[in-house]
Amino acid sequence: MAKRIDVSGLTAYYSAHKAIEDISMTVEPRSVTAFIGPSGCGKSTFLRTLNRMHEVTPGGRVEGKVLLDDEDLYGNGIDPVAVRRTIGMVFQRPNPFPTMSIFDNVAAGLKLNGSYKKSELSDVVERSLKGANLWNEVKDRLNKPGSGLSGGQQQRLCIARAIAVEPQVLLMDEPCSALDPISTLAIEDLIGELKERFTIVIVTHNMQQAARVSDRTAFFNLSAVGQPGRLIEIDDTERIFSNPSVQATEDYISGRFG
Amino acid sequence: MSNAPVTRKHASSLRGGNLPKWAPWAIAAGAVAVAVGIGLGAGLDSKVQWGLIAAILFVLGTYVIAARVEGRRQAKDRVATNLVWGCFIVAVIPLASLIWETVKRGAKAFDMYFLTHSMGVVADNEPGGGIYHALLGTLEQVGIATLIAVPIGVLTAIYLVEYGRGKLAGAVTFFVDVMTGIPSIVAGLFVLSFWILILGMGYSGFAGAMALAILMMPVVVRSTEEMLKLVPNELREASLALGIPKWRTIIKVVLPTSIGGITTGVMLAVARIAGETAPVLLLVWGTNFINNNPFDGPQASLPLYIYRQYSAGTDVATDRAWAAALVLILFVMILNMGARAIARWKAPKTGR
Repeated sequence: MAKRIDVSGLTAYYSAHKAIEDISMTVEPRSVTAFIGPSGCGKSTFLRTLNRMHEVTPGGRVEGKVLLDDEDLYGNGIDPVAVRRTIGMVFQRPNPFPTMSIFDNVAAGLKLNGSYKKSELSDVVERSLKGANLWNEVKDRLNKPGSGLSGGQQQRLCIARAIAVEPQVLLMDEPCSALDPISTLAIEDLIGELKERFTIVIVTHNMQQAARVSDRTAFFNLSAVGQPGRLIEIDDTERIFSNPSVQATEDYISGRFG
Repeated sequence: MSNAPVTRKHASSLRGGNLPKWAPWAIAAGAVAVAVGIGLGAGLDSKVQWGLIAAILFVLGTYVIAARVEGRRQAKDRVATNLVWGCFIVAVIPLASLIWETVKRGAKAFDMYFLTHSMGVVADNEPGGGIYHALLGTLEQVGIATLIAVPIGVLTAIYLVEYGRGKLAGAVTFFVDVMTGIPSIVAGLFVLSFWILILGMGYSGFAGAMALAILMMPVVVRSTEEMLKLVPNELREASLALGIPKWRTIIKVVLPTSIGGITTGVMLAVARIAGETAPVLLLVWGTNFINNNPFDGPQASLPLYIYRQYSAGTDVATDRAWAAALVLILFVMILNMGARAIARWKAPKTGR
């Protein structure tokens, strides 16, 4: 069920401002790909173009191709809603729906899409919460509001919510940046388990995290402030961190700038 | 004022001098005493002048003493605190006295009989009679106006916040702002000329409800707009990223999150139009008899009833006017309490 993503010549704009330029890469199925790079280099923007969330921002515009197993996400007649069902997303700050219980938060994707059988719902919720390593902590209070959980639990709730709709790909935009080291560890372990089933792309500012969780790493950079961000290189994580082929990558991961 | 203690200044660099807790009271007592002295000495008649002198002395005295003992920053802080309290009291006095006066005068004629009978066979100078017809009219007119204004207002606000971009949204916002400023008599005249004079319909509660809806709509749009803007964008994105279409996101995520605030706004708008007299006078005409049907024939309403009874001028009619005013205030108060209850019940929950 995991799918492969091929990006070619992708450029994204905010109104007239070009945020990222001419990015081409391949994301392998059932693997974790990490995006690293200094702030403002367009990692998150690029991530959001992969499930057509970029165009939700007023003025957001995309040129180029994103192929999901040979189907162009920006082709004619493609429904962005269907794309987002196939490619799920977890955000930087945990954002459970405040009006819903823990159960309803996880079930939200199915319930609000209207495509579910009542009898299956509790199975899906249990499976998703187990998948997000949260089941044991919340199984006795599924009817309590999701906003009453701790930050780390909320983030795992958001992951459970995202995997409940059975996407092919899971995009994570700095999922641990608002969390403490223990919650971060819990989520990193979870990423390791999830990659058996999903294609995972994760944006992170934490290079140790990229080194720990990812199979491949992409380094983004921008030549100057106000210039569009570019993909500098993408390679196996081990190679990027030991023997990168571009000098800028080595400077960044060794802390010489950024 | 000389009884304020002088604590040692600069005992340590972190611990400043402190006025004891009773110092403000002492300063106040001193200020009042001096003001009485000045008042008697200068032969001022008005007790309001005495009060003002006392208040000014209190503020000055607080500043001077606190500045000497505690330092300038704390003195300014005390003066600012006094000013805030003063403004609060000035704001509350008219409100409290209004409620007090209405309850005191309105209680005379207020009972179950008053609530359940009309003025059908009661002359202005006779006792008895009641407001059943007016209460019924107000409920029906306000209810119909709400039914018209709330859907249009909420949908307009949703358009402005969730969809509106560019010129059309700008124009809608501009006209909503203009509508907010329409005097109620103008809204009444508009419906009068359009509905009654051009279309030839008769006076009715419905005609009045249309004018009230015109007055209510911009208030609902404005308050709903503000509430929708408060919904964090992250929630919309979280929902969209689950593959939920935008319209379902709005219905199932955005509206439930803000429903408490929207209800409060609607209730405040209802409270505003419940007291409108001018359009009702023009369009509903008023009657002393019970008319259940808001679509046919004149009806009464509470503000109009108060106006009529008060202009009748007899003692019993004036008592009835005050009692009706009490009912109107209670009506608005109950609505507000209902709104608060709904807002609390629907507010995003936090407990563990």
